[in-house]
Amino acid sequence: MAESIPAHDAHAHPAHHPHAEPSFWSKYVFSTDHKMIAMQYMFTGMAMALIGGFMAYAFRMQLAFPGIDVPGYGTVTAGDYNALVTNHGTIMIFWVAMPVLIAAFGNFLIPLMIGCDDMVFPKINRLSYQIFLLSAVVLIVSFFVPGGGFGGAWTAYPPLSAKGQYNLTSLGSSLWLVAVALEFVAFLLGGINFVTTAMNSRAPGMKVFDIPLVVWMIVVASILFMASVGPLIAGAIMLFMDQNIGTAFFDPDKGGDPVLWQHLFWFFGHPEVYVVLLPAMGITAEIICVFARKKMFAYKTFLYTTFGTGVLSFTVWAHHQFVAGIDPRMANIFTVTTLLISIPIAEMCFIYIATLYGASIRLTTPMLWALAFVAEFLIGGVTGIFLGASGADIYFHDTYFVLAHFHYTFFPIAIIGTFAGFTFWFPKMFGKMMNETLGKIHFWGTIIPFNFTFIPLFFLGAYGDHRRIYNYQHFPELAGEQYQDLRILATVSLLVMLSFQLVFFYNCFISWRKKEKDAGKNPWRANTLEWTAESPPPHGNWPELPKVYRGPYEYSVPGREQDFYPQNVPS
Amino acid sequence: MRPIATTRAAAGIPTGRLAVWWVVASEIVIFGGLLVSYIMHRIANPDWGYQAAYTNVWLGGFNTFVLLTSSLSAVLGHKAAVAGDGPRAAKMLYATCLGAVTFIAVKAFEWTAEITHGYTITSSTFWSFYYTAAGLHALHVIAGAVIMLFVAATAKRNLELHRVELIGIYWHFVDIVWIFLFPLLYIAK
Amino acid sequence: MSQHAEHAAHEINYVRVWVILLCLLVVSILGPMLGIKLVTLITAFGIAIIKAYLVAKNFMHLNIEPRYAVYLLVTMLVFMLLFFAGSAPDIMKHEGTHWIKPVVHVEAPAAAHH
Repeated sequence: MAESIPAHDAHAHPAHHPHAEPSFWSKYVFSTDHKMIAMQYMFTGMAMALIGGFMAYAFRMQLAFPGIDVPGYGTVTAGDYNALVTNHGTIMIFWVAMPVLIAAFGNFLIPLMIGCDDMVFPKINRLSYQIFLLSAVVLIVSFFVPGGGFGGAWTAYPPLSAKGQYNLTSLGSSLWLVAVALEFVAFLLGGINFVTTAMNSRAPGMKVFDIPLVVWMIVVASILFMASVGPLIAGAIMLFMDQNIGTAFFDPDKGGDPVLWQHLFWFFGHPEVYVVLLPAMGITAEIICVFARKKMFAYKTFLYTTFGTGVLSFTVWAHHQFVAGIDPRMANIFTVTTLLISIPIAEMCFIYIATLYGASIRLTTPMLWALAFVAEFLIGGVTGIFLGASGADIYFHDTYFVLAHFHYTFFPIAIIGTFAGFTFWFPKMFGKMMNETLGKIHFWGTIIPFNFTFIPLFFLGAYGDHRRIYNYQHFPELAGEQYQDLRILATVSLLVMLSFQLVFFYNCFISWRKKEKDAGKNPWRANTLEWTAESPPPHGNWPELPKVYRGPYEYSVPGREQDFYPQNVPS
Repeated sequence: MRPIATTRAAAGIPTGRLAVWWVVASEIVIFGGLLVSYIMHRIANPDWGYQAAYTNVWLGGFNTFVLLTSSLSAVLGHKAAVAGDGPRAAKMLYATCLGAVTFIAVKAFEWTAEITHGYTITSSTFWSFYYTAAGLHALHVIAGAVIMLFVAATAKRNLELHRVELIGIYWHFVDIVWIFLFPLLYIAK
Repeated sequence: MSQHAEHAAHEINYVRVWVILLCLLVVSILGPMLGIKLVTLITAFGIAIIKAYLVAKNFMHLNIEPRYAVYLLVTMLVFMLLFFAGSAPDIMKHEGTHWIKPVVHVEAPAAAHH
């Protein structure tokens, strides 16, 4: 393994003066170091995933075995069910996918991959985590107040979400809203940090097209977030006032319009899904190049396609509102734009496949996750086409078909993408290798049950299962045994999948606890700059900041002895 | 301990100013969402004009004058900072803060009058938008003024003078929002 | 540093810009008093746009700022237009296919004086 040559930069000087060993509080709790903040986001996100996953367990048990006393939860009443599905969705999107994919990986990777010593605004970075943590606490508190947690669906449509006499959770709904608003503020602050750091702090020699794709993806995702969240922040303020002060922004009896909330919500809500998709695609791109020992097939095309996707994502939002009574002419327009947006995403998946073609593929655990991402996401994307056509959506809207579609997109994004990135960068983060066998067991134990959980839901949706129903036995046409069998299959598969996550935690624990740091700097023999730092990198990342001489994907370069060519090695 | 690797300015904009442009950009969509919602309702409900008739165009106009003048003092502060004159820049920033305080005081007086006459935030959806939009703007005025005090205190000692321009950009944005709020809330009758 | 160039080339009198802004303010207040809708629209909103442009150009120095900042801000405005275009057919109308949104008339509280 080639030792990376420390870059010699005429301007370099020690990143910081030596100081006394920091206390526990300043090292772990009040740190401004981007790597520590990344870990804070990562672990908070994963803890919230446990909560969100537990909620899924509870409501799926209720669906498969209605009325059952769910072990570890109790009986799931109708009100409970609503709160569980609402908060499962809210938590998974805002408190798992976003913090892990954007904040955790973004904070950890961006300075390391562009060759600088920290984010440009470390204190604002810390502040953004603190606000995020506060938002998580507020959300959890909302479950325990009188009335319980908000149960009006993660989309919070008024008048249900606005009027306590309808949703029966007036305190919970307001706290939910406050938690979401705080989370938005945290990510606005974080986004500014990411964009300015990536623009202005790159290592000497790193031109725009030498930036690794995952950094690009996280930066573009941050930009999409910052450009789209504004109307929803305005909407959240209006909804909060409707809930608590008696205004009538969304009350038609008093001159408001509930459809306005839908527009405000989805104008953000649709770009949001690309906000979480892009980092997962970036992680997949990095992993595929490293374990295929091949350069990205069409880096610039991939990038331009991403920009196109980002712009298009602002033009499709009302496909969530096809049956809400919107103007049918607008529905036509949104159908066209929605179907159009499938093209750039498909193109990006084709680029992955073209990168793999003729490559020397090594099926390590991260590579398995990355390949699974492409395969499963394609299923999700293809099923979206049915929903994007407004005619078909009249039938499918609000059925389990939608639910299966978005789980086939969100699960690859939030779960597969996370495991891919985590198993890939674990050696860098902790200095130790994870166990490959356990990793593969965890992989198959997650992917196979995942498919058995959600494929039945496509069929159930097509048969007519409506969403957000806590007991299908109340609907004679859906209560038949063949349908209930599918629901039981989905639930049992979920239980299997959840149990295999124990393998992951065990793997993390024993790997982290290893006595010796066996990873070294570059166990995967990769090119990007983070692999030239120590594992884990110290405060300041490098004693001398690197200089960059080439792009990030120079693998299997003809004529070179080694099949990788790190960015910081002089020509 | 600041990061040292800020060796480039990708778009030719130094890092601090780049960050402020991004703050302004995200604020445009926040206020934009609120104001677009208001505009759509306003156009759909011409009889809101009867409600809007009770807004006080003189107080609103005076506040516009106050904010425009405070923008002037902010940019004069920037001019002083560029010339390296920290104390003068601070003085200009303090003048801007005085403008902010005046603005809020006038607003408080104006709102008290309106509320005691029965035009509360729940009186009608027009008034809901009125108080929400102007209120959100006023929160930004207060936040801007507070930050400006910190920047002025540092600038007075001739330190971190580049921050004078940065808080100035934010302040001009707050002024521009009001430039649009004024006709939307006060004149469109 | 570009700021010196800006200082030299743009000894624009900030006070002069301010005076223009104040004049425009006066016109925008007086215009609507004529009662003609078109005049009101032009003076109130047209002038608002001009004032915003003057502040952005002269006080925020967007005329000498690298174009990136202008593109960024204009893009956000375009998104707001997009939002308007997508929502207006539903929010600005009082009826559609199978729905009505009746106009709600609220009585103004008893006569107030300015």
